[in-house]
Amino acid sequence: MQREGSAFSGLGVVMLKELSDHLTSVRMRVLEWLVVLVALAALYGAIQQIKDTTAEDPFLFLRLFTTSRDPLPSFVAFLSFLVPLMAIGLGFDSVNGEHNRRTLSRILSQPIYRDALLFGKFLAGLVTLSISLLTLWLLVVGLGLFLIGIPPGAEEIARSFVFLLVTIVYAGVWLALALLFSVVFRSAATAALVTLGLWLLVTFIWPVLAGALAQIIVPPDPRYTALGLQTPGTAQLEQILARFSPSTLYAEIVVALLDPTTRALGPIYLSQLQGAVLGAPLPFVESILIAWPQMVGMIAAAIVLFVIGYVIFQRQEVRA
Amino acid sequence: MIADAVIEANGLTKAYGSAVAVDHISFGVGRGEIFGLLGPNGAGKTTTILMILGLTEISSGDVRVLGFNPAREPLSVKRRVGYLPDTVGFYDNMTAADNLRYTARLIGFRSMEREKRIAAALERVGLAEFADQAVGTFSRGMRQRLGLAEIVMKGAQIAILDEPTSGLDPHATAELLGIIRGFKAEGVSVLLSSHLLERVQSVCDRVALFHAGRIALMGSVPDLGRQVLGGGYIVDIDADGVGLPERLALIPGVSGVEKTGIGKIRLHADRDVRPEAAAEVVAMQGRLRYLGVQEPSLEAIYTRYFEANPEQGAQERTRHAA
Repeated sequence: MQREGSAFSGLGVVMLKELSDHLTSVRMRVLEWLVVLVALAALYGAIQQIKDTTAEDPFLFLRLFTTSRDPLPSFVAFLSFLVPLMAIGLGFDSVNGEHNRRTLSRILSQPIYRDALLFGKFLAGLVTLSISLLTLWLLVVGLGLFLIGIPPGAEEIARSFVFLLVTIVYAGVWLALALLFSVVFRSAATAALVTLGLWLLVTFIWPVLAGALAQIIVPPDPRYTALGLQTPGTAQLEQILARFSPSTLYAEIVVALLDPTTRALGPIYLSQLQGAVLGAPLPFVESILIAWPQMVGMIAAAIVLFVIGYVIFQRQEVRA
Repeated sequence: MIADAVIEANGLTKAYGSAVAVDHISFGVGRGEIFGLLGPNGAGKTTTILMILGLTEISSGDVRVLGFNPAREPLSVKRRVGYLPDTVGFYDNMTAADNLRYTARLIGFRSMEREKRIAAALERVGLAEFADQAVGTFSRGMRQRLGLAEIVMKGAQIAILDEPTSGLDPHATAELLGIIRGFKAEGVSVLLSSHLLERVQSVCDRVALFHAGRIALMGSVPDLGRQVLGGGYIVDIDADGVGLPERLALIPGVSGVEKTGIGKIRLHADRDVRPEAAAEVVAMQGRLRYLGVQEPSLEAIYTRYFEANPEQGAQERTRHAA
């Protein structure tokens, strides 16, 4: 059965309205200040550390992102922590908020499809996050130039730019999840709590749980244990399980992108390392290839989460 | 059915699992008519409205709005129909005009036309001076009026109003009903739902009385009155005149005369006998102080109908339990 008209009529209108709401909201301002301050702190620590130690690093610029100085974590670590928080903060009340303000049925009685409303909200959130992340990225690049005084090479810029794109996709995953729960739960507080709970579970508990589960399903071989090695089967399963978490995927991509010497994102046999010059950097394209499955996985996760939310929203009753 | 119908429902049904919210209802709304869906809360009025708008799926049956099928052509329907939901909500942080601007953009009006329409609509509902005030400061009555302004701005051919007067004070109700009458004057058909029978009785050309997902009674209020209350007109007269009651009893159609006080007479008739009664009083050179006919009240019709048909109510209760 063909629907009449375009599913996207009104999309731009919804997106612009939501975008202006986001950009002028107090919530967004708080989140942005939080991110900027934290990022500056991490950056400051990294620069101090770089000045102290690494004099001759071919990828000095990328160190800005990954170097940490106690007690502060690195910029990347901060970002992987704060980006989900920002995305959830923007998305948790997007649909149930309309419900509770009783604007939903009025808006949906205008000649637009529900698609336009949900997709417009998602895009607006994503654009908001992109703007803040791009600003942050420019800030880091600029400060790096200013404080270290060494201009970044083309490859470093390319790598850090892809890192920016990946971070936006990562934010998209959490935004889609927040949007999904804002469709499922009528109460914004419940939606926020459940999304944050899931984020904590997936980011902090799941990696530990993945190890435990892997050991239960594929018990370690005592012969490997005796040698002080991980059983390949167990290690593989653990990694497969851990990769269900977008946080794991993001961490793996970041390692591949920002540390050019990364050759693989999983356990490899010694035989596979034959002939490799350890510590030699990979070309940019090779690094991307290493992380490609993870990137696709993350994009897929965002799409799947959005689609689930979309399907539920389509079937939902609009009455209060 | 209605000759020039803008809304036509045939056997419209909505079931949530085994619970039937709306049960095979059929009705038609004519062009320029004010049609009332009346009944207690939970009788299926809002569900019916949502089905007409294509905002909820129809379990079975068929509805046509201006010739369009809301399930297949929702955009065509929604472009021509204005909807005021039960307790309408607006974005509180935005001004009244900005709220309308957002809707106007969604509809797709160009900016010139948009501003013209918004100004005219706000003027029409008496909110022009509050155009640049945040809706957060608005009273309930003002919000309802802003909701009507949205329908005016849209240039809708049909206005569907869900409980437009609930929670409003008498003054705000009167204002709102005035605007609704204005819709009719402009040829806009109005479908309104309400559980406050007597308040909307005055504006509705025809009503459908809902009971447990079915239309129990449908027609104009006087028709229903005749049908249910036994066709009685009650005319109250306050006048002097010797032998007036006897004279009045001779008017064709009068079935009973009753003295309710000094000079106060109540006539029971099968038609509106006010002109004849007035002529009689004048002919006797009596002083006519009051002459009025009691409109059959919907409340009375509704109550009487379910007193008279208790088995129907009982049937419906068992069906709901099942």
